[in-house]
Order: sequence, then C-alpha cells, then structure tokens
Amino acid sequence: MAVVRVQESPFDMAAEQAALSAGRTDVGGIASFVGLCRGDDGLSALVLEHYPGMTERALAGIAAEAEARWPLTGCTVVHRVGRILPGEPIVLVLTASAHRAAALEACAFLIDWLKTGAPFWKREEFPDGRERWVEAKDSDDAATARWQQA
Amino acid sequence: MQVLYFAWVRQKVGVGQEEVSPPPEVTDVAGLMHWLSGRSAGHAAAFANARQVRAAVNQEFCPPDHPLRPGDEVAFFPPVTGG
Repeated sequence: MAVVRVQESPFDMAAEQAALSAGRTDVGGIASFVGLCRGDDGLSALVLEHYPGMTERALAGIAAEAEARWPLTGCTVVHRVGRILPGEPIVLVLTASAHRAAALEACAFLIDWLKTGAPFWKREEFPDGRERWVEAKDSDDAATARWQQA
Repeated sequence: MQVLYFAWVRQKVGVGQEEVSPPPEVTDVAGLMHWLSGRSAGHAAAFANARQVRAAVNQEFCPPDHPLRPGDEVAFFPPVTGG
C-alpha cells in the first residue's frame, strides 16, 4: 500500500526510506527521486498551490497504477506545497522492490506522471516583486505519453 | 453547483470558489465556461483563451464535452505544473 502525502513542511528522506524496509527482508532495492527548487533567473521562491482533496486522490491513483504495473514492495510519494526556497526539496518519490529494474522504472514512471497528472501549480517569485506562473511543458506531456505506449 | 478556481484562473476570476446556478441549457463543461464568462470582466478574462484552461468534475480531470449534473463540483485551472 503506497504512502502518499501532501505537506508544507520539509520531508525526512532517510526516515521515509527506512520505513520501506523496516522489519522485512524481501526488499532488494529502493529507487529514489528528489525534486529540488532551482534558483534560475534570480528566483527568490516558488509558491506551490494545489487542489486539496483532488491532489490526494490523484497521487493515490498514480501510486496504485505503479503498484499494478511493477512488483513493488512499497512506494512513497511526498509532495510539498506552499512557499519553497531555492535549494529546498519539493517532491520525494521512493519505490522499493525485490529487484532493481522494477524499482527504477516505477520511480521514473511516477515522477513523469507527477508532472502532468496531479493538480499542482507553481508560481515563481522574484526579488523585485515580479511573479510568474510556471507554464506546462510539451516535453513533460511527451515524457508521460511514453508510459502509455508501453 | 460548486465551482473552484486555481492558479491564474483564480487570480483573474477574483475568488477561489463560488456557488452558481447555471440555466438548464448549460449541459457540459464547455457550456459552463461560456456561461461563467458572462458573470464578470474577471471571468471573461480567465476564460478568454479556453484552450489554456483545464477542468475537473468531481475531482477527476475532464474534457470540455464532459456532461454536468446538479451538485457537481467543477474546477477550472491552467495545465498542471507539479513534480
């Protein structure tokens, strides 16, 4: 059963990873992805907005899809919302399996889907007071589409 | 019918959510967008380029021709940018 959370506070990657193998000996590997806030163009902060309720449903649905497609022993998705500074983590994806291929593929699948299949929106803030909504990228749609062809 | 707005759609409309009672001829998502556009200058600005606006009905992503029923929760927002 996947662990899915939306939260303002930072996450503890070591604790999240330890939870995936605690008390069991059938986990052969854990793949991870951590998305960080870049400070491009002098960015002072990212503000992440989401759709409470739908976000949790979408994340749970995406995680269930990963668990149906790969033999995972566990799966964790933590996505932050609110104000995030350059260098800070935004999102964590962990996938555990008996063997590496399933863990690595499921991790890549989940992070691609997070870009296009969950209701989050990023607003960039700059030191001079300017702000700008991040636009969706065609390359993200293409990255998600490759999993549909598989 | 409860309507929610997010990101720049919310900023242009001016509120995050509102209760609306569209007339019977509004039967799908595209029709609701068109009808909402007439409520204020902010709504009109938000829906001026309808192809940049995505929708969810009862918290599921939906295309413009998705039918609507009384009591549905409908949300409008730009393409998502999470991850």
